[in-house]
Amino acid sequence: MTLRLVLIGAVLVLAALPALNRLPAENALHVSDFIVSIAGKWITYAVLALAIDLAWGYAGILSLGHGAFFALGGYAIGMHLMRLIGPRGVYGHPVLPDFMVFLGYKELPWYWLGFDHFPFAILMAMLVPGVLAGVVGYLAFRSRITGVYLSIITQALTYALMLAFFRNDMGFGGNNGFTDFKELLGMPLNTAAARGALFYASLLLLLGALWICSRVTRSKLGRVLVAIRDAESRARFLGYDVTQHKLFVFVLSAMIAGLAGALYVPQVGIINPGEFSPGNSIEAVIWVAVGGRGTLVGALLGAFSVNALKTWLTTVAPDLWLFALGGLFVAVTLFLPRGLIGLFSRAQR
Amino acid sequence: MSEPVLYLDGVSVVFDGFKALNGLSLIVDAGELRAIIGPNGAGKTTMMDVITGKTRPTAGVVRFRRHDLTKLDEASIANLGIGRKFQKPTMFDALTVFENLELALKAPRGPLACLRWVLTGEARRRIEAVMEEVGLAARAHDRAAILSHGQRQWLEIGMLLMQDPELLLVDEPVAGMTDQETEHTAALLVRIAGRRSVVVVEHDLEFVRALGSKVTVLCEGSMLSEGSIDHVQNDPRVVEVYLGR
Amino acid sequence: MRTGAAEHGGGAGGFPAPPFLKVDMRQLLLALGLMLWLALPARAQDAFTAALPGLAGGFSDIATSVEQLGVLGDPRALPVLRALQEGRLQRTADGRVLLPGGIDAATGQAADAAAAETVRLNNRVRQALRGALGRLQLVSPDAAERGAAAEAIFRARSAEDVPLLQAAIAREADAGVRAKMVLALAAAQLVAPDEEAKRAAVARLGAAGAAEARALLLEARASNPDMATAIDVSVATIDRALSIRRAAETLFQGLSLGSVLLLAALGLAVTFGVMGVINMAHGEFVMLGAYATFVVQEACRGTPWLAPWSLPLSVPAAFLVAAAAGAVLERGLIRHLYGRPLETLLMTFGVGMILQQAVRVAFGAQNREVISPAWMQGTLMLPGGVAVTQNRLWIIVFGIAVLLLVVAAIRFTRFGLEMRAVVQNRRIAATMGIRTGRVDALTFAFGSGIAGMAGVAVSQIDNVSPNLGTGYIIDSFMVVVFGGVGSLTGTLVGALTLGVVNKVLEPYAGAVLAKVFVLVAIMLFIQRRPRGLFALKGRAAES
Repeated sequence: MTLRLVLIGAVLVLAALPALNRLPAENALHVSDFIVSIAGKWITYAVLALAIDLAWGYAGILSLGHGAFFALGGYAIGMHLMRLIGPRGVYGHPVLPDFMVFLGYKELPWYWLGFDHFPFAILMAMLVPGVLAGVVGYLAFRSRITGVYLSIITQALTYALMLAFFRNDMGFGGNNGFTDFKELLGMPLNTAAARGALFYASLLLLLGALWICSRVTRSKLGRVLVAIRDAESRARFLGYDVTQHKLFVFVLSAMIAGLAGALYVPQVGIINPGEFSPGNSIEAVIWVAVGGRGTLVGALLGAFSVNALKTWLTTVAPDLWLFALGGLFVAVTLFLPRGLIGLFSRAQR
Repeated sequence: MSEPVLYLDGVSVVFDGFKALNGLSLIVDAGELRAIIGPNGAGKTTMMDVITGKTRPTAGVVRFRRHDLTKLDEASIANLGIGRKFQKPTMFDALTVFENLELALKAPRGPLACLRWVLTGEARRRIEAVMEEVGLAARAHDRAAILSHGQRQWLEIGMLLMQDPELLLVDEPVAGMTDQETEHTAALLVRIAGRRSVVVVEHDLEFVRALGSKVTVLCEGSMLSEGSIDHVQNDPRVVEVYLGR
Repeated sequence: MRTGAAEHGGGAGGFPAPPFLKVDMRQLLLALGLMLWLALPARAQDAFTAALPGLAGGFSDIATSVEQLGVLGDPRALPVLRALQEGRLQRTADGRVLLPGGIDAATGQAADAAAAETVRLNNRVRQALRGALGRLQLVSPDAAERGAAAEAIFRARSAEDVPLLQAAIAREADAGVRAKMVLALAAAQLVAPDEEAKRAAVARLGAAGAAEARALLLEARASNPDMATAIDVSVATIDRALSIRRAAETLFQGLSLGSVLLLAALGLAVTFGVMGVINMAHGEFVMLGAYATFVVQEACRGTPWLAPWSLPLSVPAAFLVAAAAGAVLERGLIRHLYGRPLETLLMTFGVGMILQQAVRVAFGAQNREVISPAWMQGTLMLPGGVAVTQNRLWIIVFGIAVLLLVVAAIRFTRFGLEMRAVVQNRRIAATMGIRTGRVDALTFAFGSGIAGMAGVAVSQIDNVSPNLGTGYIIDSFMVVVFGGVGSLTGTLVGALTLGVVNKVLEPYAGAVLAKVFVLVAIMLFIQRRPRGLFALKGRAAES
């Protein structure tokens, strides 16, 4: 109960940030642009953490490739943002983004069609990760690839995608990815209004994801997932089609991650193949582990606290951050298997 | 005579040259209670694995009514109406007794159906009735992990009852039970057998006698003898297998 | 025919002379010089001195003189022509030619350089110089230079090189250089008027099976319609030879990549395959091995007799460093997580991060270079013209040696026996007095040490940098999963297959897409065989 109160309180504080940002700078309650944009970024991270927790904490699917779904969602919205630049690019081409002009493209590749419509881009930000997760998940779950094997395969997946997106001839801007975005839904991106709107959109997404995840985990499906996590073959002998259930939750999780990526990119203003790097995915996993997997609040707590630590440490002592992150991996797995939430609930009892 | 519920003919399973099952044939009729005994390594558990789809036979026919079980996976076989209790009781430790039984309850098994599932009053009553039956009503909201070995046996039997299968495969149900509980289990199985077919694998000959059913003796992967408990106990081949070596 | 006005008369300041006249004169001169050189070696020195004064004349004289010097084959001509090319040759008013430093080219004595002026060049002289220097190198005492000269003549080929090459071939002792000369001769004969020699040249070029010869033949086909059939046959022969050679070279590259994968995956086959411990810091152990190699190299740098052997020395060093790190990791951390593979995965990933950052802080983030010792450098020509780089060959040898070592350690040592016992049945092994904890630590250290040795090999083909390991970890896991967990044969076959498939795909798809294809192929492959190529079968594998 106290946890829920803390959660509601935290959401209210978050919701107030853009409004406080509008206060004059000398006001004691003024919140800087930096805080608003970083908090907005963290919220999308928290959504990614929720997605990972749903798959890992509940269904036991430790995906080391969720960063790929996040990045794919980011690329989908990135394509939309690139289309919106229109003739304002350096080369001033009415249709083609700068990098395509530079690479000598004569027309848009077919897979870029439709991305000038916002709803289509958002749909793709969910569908592409969802379909990819569906295909990979189907192949993996059907042949009963579980545990670390599945983790390695998902890691290989994001690694392969990273290599592929680094290529110029993929038509996604190669090394540099997409950047220099101008506007979204008619709002210039560099204004406080756009920042606020994106922030609230992220917050809404977080609440929506939280609602969906808790709807799943509190239903019988949630208990079936836990059953599969703990004793997969026993669940089969009870008549549960494990492949279907895992696939369902994996695809759902990938789609949530894709949406998170779609809101992340306009806030940070860039997407490049580095987002696919295996390190990113596994870092997101550690957020969940630190917060406490198998509890939705834990995922949120982990995402915010680890990223807060990262922001602070990379400014104070950049060399120390990787030591600290590595240390977190070790400490959490050895000493805090239930994460920070485990500490709280132990203290409560 | 109606068609048999379970029909095994010439079933062989070979692991790396070792014949775990060797041309095993077995027929179980509707409503029949059948006890299966045999020394260690006779192939009892492998037979269960073959029926439930865990192991694919190298050769032979395995049928449940009209269905060819060798082509189905575990979940489909379970959904046809074959329930299994494992030698080592296995359940979902992170869930409560009630939740374990709820998962076992016969109901649509798909992800969306599970998402939409609402526990009706009737389902609750069924679960409570089974908890009464297996003596776990007081522990409904305890996690399965903290149950004793005997209680786990009961919980698994309870899960089997919730599944409401046509054919129950019960592997060593009374290991770790008190005499009183053993009697209770025997009575329970006999009672179920009227409506369902039950195959019990057990070492405890007293328990098998209490079942009062037809007995099949397995040895080295094939059937050695079949008949009443008195018949097989006097079969010289059975005696040789149990005492001779 | 390539002998044309543009080539011979170009840039002499005036109008191009009729080509046939020019050709005849030069051939005459060449033949003359050659005869002198062959018949009267002693007189050749006189001819050298006789040719020198021309360098002090007009551009036309200089060119003639250069050509004469070119065909003489006198070693003294080389510095003169080089100095001329570099614009450092001087001449005096009285027609003497001075080398840099004021040395009289004819006498070799120091001379008065006061009134000397630099000999200037025009295009015609430059062209003559190139040809002359090329020919002079044909008689160089250095076999490599002679070979290079033959290659240069092959590329520039003109009919007048024929007698020169014939003479050089007669004197050549080095088989490799002779082969090059024969090829150059054939190329020259192809443009010479002698029809008989031309036919022979076509056949010889075909037999040589070189890509350049193919282009040459195709070019000759247009101007020699009567020889079209013979040329086509030769071209087909070359194509066959080339495709075989390409296949052999691809195979070799694949095997060498496969050996690196094998080395990286062998350690994993022990720690993951045998012990079932998933160690994401495995790549960092490879990295530690590479840095150990670097450190050993730096330590040996000061001792000249030791320096060439720093690489062999770093093999045990890398093994020990990585093995020690492995033992500490296993005893300190991993053993607390036995039976929890996902946690082990995350934990070891964290350890890998820490190791990377520690090395970054200690050695800096930039790439460190490990130099191949001289005895590992260079290219080896196998029969059929298959070029094989020596250091990659050594990596293959090293990979096989390490594999044999691992097999021997597991099969024939007490440690290997205890290791197998613990893996098969930990409790029974313990009751027989085997200290299972110690065996775990040793096994893990052993696997980590192998990763360290892989680092020695990697240092030869890749940049030594803190994140070197990340590139290998995924590939290594793919090898182990593809080959079959717990099977060394599987690891060997898996590594070599992945290496070769990667290299076969590369020309068609590019290095990156080849990698992507391989990853996808493995994912599809484990659909059919979830336990890999060499799966453990039977009851043990079922549970």
